[in-house]
Amino acid sequence: MKFRSLLWVVVAGGLITFSHSTIAKEVTIDQKDKSFMINGKQADAYAVKVGDKINFRNMDPWFHNIFSLSDIKTFDLGSYPQGEARPVVFDKVGRVEIECAIHPQMFIELDVSN
Amino acid sequence: MNIKTPQYGWLRYLVSLLIPFALIMNTSTSIAAKSDYSSVNKKMRIPANNQATAARIALGKALFFDPRLSGSNWISCGTCHNPALGWSDGLPTAIGEGQKVLDRSTPTILNTGYNRHQFWDGRSKTLEAQATGPIQAGIEMNQTMDVLVKELESIKGYGPMFEAAYPGEGISEDTIGKAIANFERTIVSDYSAPFDHWLRGNKKAISASAQRGFKLFDGKARCNFCHQGHNFTDDGFHNIGLANNDDPGRYAIAKVEVLKGAFKTPTLRDIARTPPYMHNGAYATLVEVIEHYDAGGKDKRNLSPSMKKLNLTKQEKTDLVNFLETLTDKQKEFALPVLPN
Repeated sequence: MKFRSLLWVVVAGGLITFSHSTIAKEVTIDQKDKSFMINGKQADAYAVKVGDKINFRNMDPWFHNIFSLSDIKTFDLGSYPQGEARPVVFDKVGRVEIECAIHPQMFIELDVSN
Repeated sequence: MNIKTPQYGWLRYLVSLLIPFALIMNTSTSIAAKSDYSSVNKKMRIPANNQATAARIALGKALFFDPRLSGSNWISCGTCHNPALGWSDGLPTAIGEGQKVLDRSTPTILNTGYNRHQFWDGRSKTLEAQATGPIQAGIEMNQTMDVLVKELESIKGYGPMFEAAYPGEGISEDTIGKAIANFERTIVSDYSAPFDHWLRGNKKAISASAQRGFKLFDGKARCNFCHQGHNFTDDGFHNIGLANNDDPGRYAIAKVEVLKGAFKTPTLRDIARTPPYMHNGAYATLVEVIEHYDAGGKDKRNLSPSMKKLNLTKQEKTDLVNFLETLTDKQKEFALPVLPN
């Protein structure tokens, strides 16, 4: 009996983990040549789901400082060097305008949906 | 074991012929820099509704040098952005309405058409929007737009000039800003500086010291963290640790911690022509500027992480200054316009 309930816990836990991983995904947005890049392509707009985790990774030899002052998500990742990535989880539906504070010509808008 | 040799003898022969050629090409035309400082990839963004025409540039030039644009009828854009002084004023900080000394220095307008943001704090994204700001600022040219439009309408010569430049649009804040922006976009480097000749392959165009200075600029001295590309700017904003810098700078525009006391990276083109230096005119000479960076800045509050103590030798500091002095274009005469009346 004990073994069977333990089995159920493991199965249920596995299912939850599986379902969670199919809903929330993890995406890396690179900062390269003072642009936002997704899978090697320059991007100024991108669609994500609530719960998705975005890693902002600096691929330039100088510092970047990614931030947003948007209503649904305000964050300031601070300045970080080449090779470092800092994550943000988007937890509300709406549009998020993201910039680099140091290089304000860098801009990307995320459309967060359910 | 039998190792098969690929049958590419002809290819190897071709490569062996090309290698010496490639080496010659490389040493004579290419400088191994981390950033592309040549003018090859320069790009100016011009609004679709304000493309350059001769009439627009001529109108903008007249407006730029016309003191009647100010409330006192005594200060023109060209009073501070003086072509005889590298399109700046040679002062630590600008002087405005009523001889009042302002907090920030007059930036050169050289190459400002390439900038992604205008003003030291980048508060305007276009030259069109920037141009009419200082005209209306109480501490600068102290003019109201209503009065200015009426004044310009009363000067007979301006009517046909506006009509030729912007048919049917009349005299307005919009057309004044657009015309001045068009003129400002003509004030650009012609890449006739010794450094440009050296980049293009003339090995003797700059001294051995200046060449060492460039290597330091692009390496150990970390100047290239911010001063990049043909215009030597990253279009970015940085706090470089100037003493007594209580000016919020870019932070007034975007409330992000890193921007407290941060200002726009200025061009270094013609830099030897535009002392004093820094947004507050803190340094009279390029030697003092290099000393500042060598020390890694003075005020360390909110200092840019790009700033580090450099431990430069006396010779290295001299080399850097000698390099910066090679960024000056060949001097040209500039003809002032005859203003309409």
